[in-house]
Amino acid sequence: MNRAAWLRVRRLVAKEFRQIFRDPRMRPMLFLSPIIQLLLFGYAVNTDVRHTATFLVDHDRSAASRELVAALTASGFFQIVGRSERSADLVGALDRGHAVIGLEIPPGFGDDLAAGRSTVQLLVDGSDSNTGLVAQGNAMRLLQAFALGHSRGQTAGGVELRTRAWFNPALESRVYNVPGVIAALLILMCLLLTALAVVREREMGTLEQLMVTPLQPSELMLGKTIPVAVIALGQLVLVTAVALLWFGIPFRGNPLALVIGALVYILAGLAFGLLISSATRTQQEAFMVMFLVLMPLLILSGFMYPISSMAEPLQWLTLANPLRHFLVIVRGIFLKGEGLGDLWPQYLTLLAMAVVALRVATIRFARSLR
Amino acid sequence: MNLSRLGAMARKEWIQLRRDPRSMVLAFVLPLFMVVFFSYAISWDLDNIPVGVVDEDRTPESRALVERFTASGYFRIVATPERPGDAEQLLIGGGAQAVLHIPPGFARELSRGRRAAVQFLLDGSDANSATVALTYADALAAGFTTAAHVPAPPLTVSSRVWYNETLRSRNMIVPGLIAVIMSIIAAMLTALTIAREWERGTMEQLAATPVGRAEVVLGKLVPYLLIGLLDVAMVAAVGVAVLGVPFRGNLVVLFGLTTLFLLGALGLGIFISATIKSQVLATQVAMVVTYLPALLLSGFMFAIANMPPALRAATWLVPARYFVSVTRSLFLKGTGPLELWPQALAMAVFASAGIGLAIRAFRKEIG
Repeated sequence: MNRAAWLRVRRLVAKEFRQIFRDPRMRPMLFLSPIIQLLLFGYAVNTDVRHTATFLVDHDRSAASRELVAALTASGFFQIVGRSERSADLVGALDRGHAVIGLEIPPGFGDDLAAGRSTVQLLVDGSDSNTGLVAQGNAMRLLQAFALGHSRGQTAGGVELRTRAWFNPALESRVYNVPGVIAALLILMCLLLTALAVVREREMGTLEQLMVTPLQPSELMLGKTIPVAVIALGQLVLVTAVALLWFGIPFRGNPLALVIGALVYILAGLAFGLLISSATRTQQEAFMVMFLVLMPLLILSGFMYPISSMAEPLQWLTLANPLRHFLVIVRGIFLKGEGLGDLWPQYLTLLAMAVVALRVATIRFARSLR
Repeated sequence: MNLSRLGAMARKEWIQLRRDPRSMVLAFVLPLFMVVFFSYAISWDLDNIPVGVVDEDRTPESRALVERFTASGYFRIVATPERPGDAEQLLIGGGAQAVLHIPPGFARELSRGRRAAVQFLLDGSDANSATVALTYADALAAGFTTAAHVPAPPLTVSSRVWYNETLRSRNMIVPGLIAVIMSIIAAMLTALTIAREWERGTMEQLAATPVGRAEVVLGKLVPYLLIGLLDVAMVAAVGVAVLGVPFRGNLVVLFGLTTLFLLGALGLGIFISATIKSQVLATQVAMVVTYLPALLLSGFMFAIANMPPALRAATWLVPARYFVSVTRSLFLKGTGPLELWPQALAMAVFASAGIGLAIRAFRKEIG
């Protein structure tokens, strides 16, 4: 590209920046809304199961039964929200959703425990399957530990599973989710800003004005995408800072690797946005299409829902999703301290996607201008 | 309020709606697409978790333990390295999500009636999947202990799961999904209705008629309410017939409470539309106000009980929260109408607020 072309692109970039920031509603949307969304996701998307609401029916009321309850509550995994003498109340509490776990200790439990043949009844509300499963597992583990402490004389044998979680020893879901939100926010912004960029000019009638200028389609595309890429990179820095400083998410990898990955990813996102923009006639339509594209992008990425649990054809579809690959990069860099050496397949895939999408977008874009 | 004027308004809206193919697609195809797509894409049920096994003991006992892991269907062995270090490499490279390490002397410890330690290493970066995998592994190890001939533990826990006996996440997701889909569809459909009249210039014509504010708002509501009820019937039918989700409650209660919820959600949409007057901005606001809260703060996937107090308080303002709890109770628990009155009350408040706001915000005056 020669100097005159560069000058034209620079002018256009300046115009775009001015246009974006002229609307007073735009500034909070660009810089405040990512932070709000990060906070919202960071706090709301929490799959840690702690303080499970537990309803207790203790028919025994002995020292042993109290000790058993203490073993559950002392862990912090369970919290007694109600107790009663009648089993019917337990059913009611589960039906109304006041408790997730019901524990019923039969009469004579203390004596039975001493005799080595006691039972307790555990009822689990499975309507929230995730909470139900994990809470049940927690209860079983704690009760087994309790039983072990009460086995008479001889130590009970068997297998002891010593577990250790790597990369996230406390198994906090936030550590996994927050880096994911960063990836999701970037594509959201790229799509939102570019999808409307060209359609708006078309709807407002200013596209004709642009077309009478000596700008070439490729220059117009550059001018439209460079500001968005710059803004997106700014958001990356901003959101990463919030993730590290506010949420205390570990960052074990190389910042440069993150920036390189983000740049390629942003390019792919921009190309997708331009495709939408050149395929639609009105802002309304562009917005609808963007919503329809964004939803599968977010869901079929492993952002919130594990890919390995999806139906097989959908698992294949995820391979075409840039967000999926960038999520691997972001999480690898943040949590595992991986770098270009470990993640090169993801980088290459993203790069290939960006190149193909940009190529298609250029062709479609030039055609849509005619 | 004049019923025949209201009826005429509803008929006009219906004819207009019928002529707009894009709205019709949005109204009927999108909900169906979403329920099928979401229920196949979203699942937290894990099976075939890739696991590396390092068996340094190589005895019948250690093989029995490994066999127990694979036979359960939850775990799938992807590698059996000789040295523990290689297994850890698998975890870093992402080839395995967990590593089971059986040290030498495992069978000897077991036969002496001692606790034979086995190590289970997990990739904890996806905390949720890791917790689920851990739960499975714990249960398998406990089962192995019981099966091995050791003195029975002094405590037996008889654990039973209610409402969703197999703990299938689809049974949890589909009922909640109805609430999420309806929040989005209701707001998207109505967000345009008044803004469109302004942008197309038909507001002048409407202003020239004797129709009153409440009549316009309610008249616009009626067709969308019918569409919404039809959507719920359709999605519920697909959920039960195709996706195999149980329905244990009362259909009359479901549709009664759905009506209540839709009135509020549609009213909110009309309010947004009447306030903003621009189609593009109205859809965006409708999305932000309904989609994100319905998805994140309704308890649809992320338990409200796990949220920090401030966010938990915010969920009281999210109408989808009440509707999610209603649909889940009706589908899975078979709860009777008497136990759902708090939710019904909250949705009634929301409905009157939504419609009231819409009527207040709607202005017939031009200029």
